[in-house]
Amino acid sequence: MSAPTLPTRPQAVLYFGTCLVDLLFPEAGLAGMELIRRAGVRVIYPADQSCCGQPAYNSGYRDEARAVAARQLAALDGDLPVVVPSGSCAGMLRHHYPELFAGYPLEAEALALSRRVFELTEFLVDVLALRPEDLGPPLKVAVHTSCSTHRELGAADRIGQLLDGLPAIEIVQPRHSAECCGFGGTFAVKQPAISAAMVADKCDALLESGADVVVSQDCGCLMNIGGALARRGAGPRCLHIAEFLLERTGGQPL
Amino acid sequence: MASRSDFGRRVELALGSTAKRANIARAMYGLQHKRLAAFPDRAALESLRDAGEAIKRRALARLPELLEQLEASCRRNGIEVHWAETVEDANRIVLTILRGQGARSLIKGKSMVSEEMELNRALEHEGIEALESDLGEFIIQLAGEGPSHIIAPAVHKSRHEVSALFGRMFPDLPRREDIEGLCATAREILRRKFFAADAGLSGANFLVAETGTIVLVENEGNGRLCTTAPGVHIAVTGIEKLVERMADIPPLLKLLTRSATGQPITTYVNFISGPRKTAEKDGPREVHLVLLDNGRSRMYEDPELRDSLRCIRCGACMNHCPVYVRLGGHAYGTVYPGPIGTVLEPQRTGLDRLGELTEASTLCGACGEVCPVRIPLPKLINRLRFDAVRTDGGPTSGSGRRRTGREALIWQVWARVHRSPRVYRLWLALATRLRRLAPRRIAGWSDARELPRPAARSLHALARERGFCDE
Repeated sequence: MSAPTLPTRPQAVLYFGTCLVDLLFPEAGLAGMELIRRAGVRVIYPADQSCCGQPAYNSGYRDEARAVAARQLAALDGDLPVVVPSGSCAGMLRHHYPELFAGYPLEAEALALSRRVFELTEFLVDVLALRPEDLGPPLKVAVHTSCSTHRELGAADRIGQLLDGLPAIEIVQPRHSAECCGFGGTFAVKQPAISAAMVADKCDALLESGADVVVSQDCGCLMNIGGALARRGAGPRCLHIAEFLLERTGGQPL
Repeated sequence: MASRSDFGRRVELALGSTAKRANIARAMYGLQHKRLAAFPDRAALESLRDAGEAIKRRALARLPELLEQLEASCRRNGIEVHWAETVEDANRIVLTILRGQGARSLIKGKSMVSEEMELNRALEHEGIEALESDLGEFIIQLAGEGPSHIIAPAVHKSRHEVSALFGRMFPDLPRREDIEGLCATAREILRRKFFAADAGLSGANFLVAETGTIVLVENEGNGRLCTTAPGVHIAVTGIEKLVERMADIPPLLKLLTRSATGQPITTYVNFISGPRKTAEKDGPREVHLVLLDNGRSRMYEDPELRDSLRCIRCGACMNHCPVYVRLGGHAYGTVYPGPIGTVLEPQRTGLDRLGELTEASTLCGACGEVCPVRIPLPKLINRLRFDAVRTDGGPTSGSGRRRTGREALIWQVWARVHRSPRVYRLWLALATRLRRLAPRRIAGWSDARELPRPAARSLHALARERGFCDE
């Protein structure tokens, strides 16, 4: 299932910030909201949201995931599009909620929600047709497309379309750029040695590419790559695409 | 941390073997590139994958009756069909056939099912020599290792290692370092064996129920020799290799070879439809087909896990798996490594023993994206993680056995916090205010990475402050 299509530009959207962004990267979440608001669409951040439930779902704890997911169904109730600044969490809402609730009381609600979920770059490109105006200095940018945005949502191209509108930046292609960075949620903690080997290769490729900045749709990947680069004490800045776009287009400091 | 598991030790060994890792990574990125080049038209690839999936789905939907049809068609062709529920049964059947011939030696084409059976060991135990004739299998047999990849069993070895190995094993033969020379050496050794062997054994890529045909693809001609030169040919394979009719074979062949090695077709495609007929001058006198279950019926019973049986063993999932690319096959400690192994092996052996393999995946989806028959591998890995900790008894052997009180408690507390907006906001307020007290290290994570601190203000707080909230 690809991104939903909307007949007209909506008056308002619900914004699902995700738990990782909420606690660790709020400026990325806020930047996404700001980009949508600047395009003339009202952004509502439902206060009752918490986590999509993916960590438990991917660990096999489906009852716990369902209990938390049910709460998000309530928080995101209604007809408004739901925008998520994370491919991974958007994929959970769009693809895995219908599986998680299949044969359970909230199945219809889960299915209805899944049909109005947008990952942020999908929304910016497909619905808002955002054409950012570049005000920043020349810069080399590498894109790390999150696996969920790429393979689960099939929306890997949106980030490139947004960056193509920025004439002062040069996009560099690190080797094996479509390969997973090794985050994988609890994978990074449960199989730390394999995860470390993966992120080490990712860091090598990014350093080799000469990028000044790495942008991604997912803060999970950025936390992993950024954390590993920080440990090395070298390498490009890691930024969520929303923050990067806001910064390049002269948005107010958050 | 808990004491390191066997898998953990093998992972450590694999990650520390720099040369081996480089051999594997180079080969896997090469195979990824070749596959991509073999499918230049994305839309055509997707419709071919649809066709492949549909063929295997159709065959599996009618598996019990098709197996009976296959048996009848084979018998009509003069192929004797044997049913083996377990690997012990399969080994006994092969042994009985060989003893009936008074056979002392068996020459083998590449067969992963024979690896499942550990056939070589079983035969050697009975004093029968089993010799691998596929070059890769020949190499690892000499080295006393198992395959590290299902289609490229010696992919972890460089040509220099192979040269050194040949030098040790065959000191009388001239030492060669180049690939052609190494192939020539192996060919010289094997040629004689093909004609001296009492029986030949092969696997099967597809079985056609309608016609009773065994389809076997290979690149070295050793498969053809194994199945035609000795007096007896035994094919061993799994019951899931079945398709309904001959018309199903072309799309599957296109998918198999392109997905595996990027080849439009393999050098040899063998359609084996029976033993030598009366007027014919060559071919085996007897052809036997051993059909192995070994847990497949159990996978078949669950509508979701049944998808595991669509596999045509192309290896594309492992070629594209970022975990496999770094570990190679030996680290898995199983017959089938990589994503498909992660799905098949815990079902075969039990989640209690092999459940940890399901954790060795980031669920990045690369495997599912390339699977020629669209097996939803990430979904199945997720499903097995569920089976591993579920409390209601699942269909998979060892279900629930990986559930620990500690982990269950963590997720229960996590759910308690995240399902109550009030408690969650309280948690956010505490975590942001006490951010200086947040741990600076987390076991595992911090081996390779810095850990971010909680933000000074949560997105919840910032959203309310900036007028985004619905309250």
